[in-house]
Amino acid sequence: MTYVTLSITLIFVVIPLVLSRTLRLGLEKDTIIATIRSIIQLLAVGYVLKFVFDSENPLYIFLMVALMIVAATQNARTKGKAIKGITWKIAVTLIFVEVLTQSIMLGFNIIPATAQYIISTSGMVIGNSMVLSILFLNRFTAEVESHDDETELILSLGGTPKQAINRQLINAIKASMIPTIESQKTMGLVQLPGIMSGQIIAGADPVQAVQYQLLIIFLLLTTASVTSILLGFLSYPSLFNQRMQLLRK
Amino acid sequence: MDKIYEPALHFREVDYSVGDIHILKKITGSFPKGKITTLVGPSGAGKTTLLKLCNGLISPTSGDIFIHKKPIESFDPIELRRFVGIALQSAPMITGTVFQNLSLPLELRGEKLSEEDAIRFLEDVGLEDKFLHWKTDDLSGGQRQKVSIARTLINRSEILLLDEITSALDRTSLHEIEELITKINQKYGVTIIWITHNLDQALSIGDYTWVMMGGKVIETGESELLKSPKNELVRQFVQGDLS
Repeated sequence: MTYVTLSITLIFVVIPLVLSRTLRLGLEKDTIIATIRSIIQLLAVGYVLKFVFDSENPLYIFLMVALMIVAATQNARTKGKAIKGITWKIAVTLIFVEVLTQSIMLGFNIIPATAQYIISTSGMVIGNSMVLSILFLNRFTAEVESHDDETELILSLGGTPKQAINRQLINAIKASMIPTIESQKTMGLVQLPGIMSGQIIAGADPVQAVQYQLLIIFLLLTTASVTSILLGFLSYPSLFNQRMQLLRK
Repeated sequence: MDKIYEPALHFREVDYSVGDIHILKKITGSFPKGKITTLVGPSGAGKTTLLKLCNGLISPTSGDIFIHKKPIESFDPIELRRFVGIALQSAPMITGTVFQNLSLPLELRGEKLSEEDAIRFLEDVGLEDKFLHWKTDDLSGGQRQKVSIARTLINRSEILLLDEITSALDRTSLHEIEELITKINQKYGVTIIWITHNLDQALSIGDYTWVMMGGKVIETGESELLKSPKNELVRQFVQGDLS
């Protein structure tokens, strides 16, 4: 795609701008900011990735992944402010998920140990893990607030904090995983996934594109379950003190 | 009363605050072992907060609480809550049936409750066995309270805290619960601390009474004190409620 052609794609930005203006939605400013940010960020990432891919230096790969984890943690932590130490809990979760998935993919030679593959799959894993963390924290804090009488009941009867919060924890874990599982059920029927579409557009063999897409689907299932469960088990103890009392905001 | 009876629970200069709100102020006093003490006072007096302190659901901001002369902090929280049971005013239920709710205290310690035992506990609180497999959402307010009391009894606590458990009951159920509480107290020697808004109940069932207002204990003594209070505030409260 030439830069002229790329410029023409801005039509897809003009359409929502016109609609927003016509219907007085007041979204023009946000749309323009989002467009400018995405252009700058993606172009910058494109040049950075080109540099990293060309250098093949493991240190740059590590720094890129570290940057992704820091940015994802910063974004997700705002949803769990009520939970003490949420920043490091999210960071530990993202690091664990990244190490686990990369170890399996590299250990079994599923992907080559090159910057191109490691950074691309890391982006998907960390990005999805971040979204899962946000979904989990949103639901978990809502569950805890709306069922605090049940938590107090179980504590009052001599239950442990884990027993007292178990239902809310399980509900939040399940709720955060549902979008991943549901979207994968209709994969290929309702939507052609991004990585597969991208590869096909770039001229790759569709069967090979499907193989890589399957890898990503399976990868994201692990990402979803490990993120929700690990973050859940790291988070719930912060809601109680040493005397096993529910801490209220 | 401390000189006559061994205290089951003793409060010494207990304060409890949440942020800037001072809920309990310098509470000092004892609850006699094996007796029924009623806690009376207007809404917002701090009665429920005081019960939650006894069960360890919250801890004092300052001051000391002793259970059978041992500092409350020396108890393991789980053991404390089984030793000092509480029936909460809202009678919260876990989603499910009456049987699931009755099984909860034993389930939490990895044990099981038989249906026969569950029925016996239901009968104790005046509920027929047909309720055993009812969903708790289908119960009336009074029936929920009875299930809540039955569930608390399953832990066989030595001290029982009851938070306005009869406020939603009809007259017949009220008398059944009063008889049950008296039976538990007399038969098993369980110490009972009972928040009630019903001053007649405090007089007829309670051995002792604490009158609380504005986070303070205004007057304590044998329940007869409600008939002729020494404190002017208590006198006004009693007259207002009885009239």
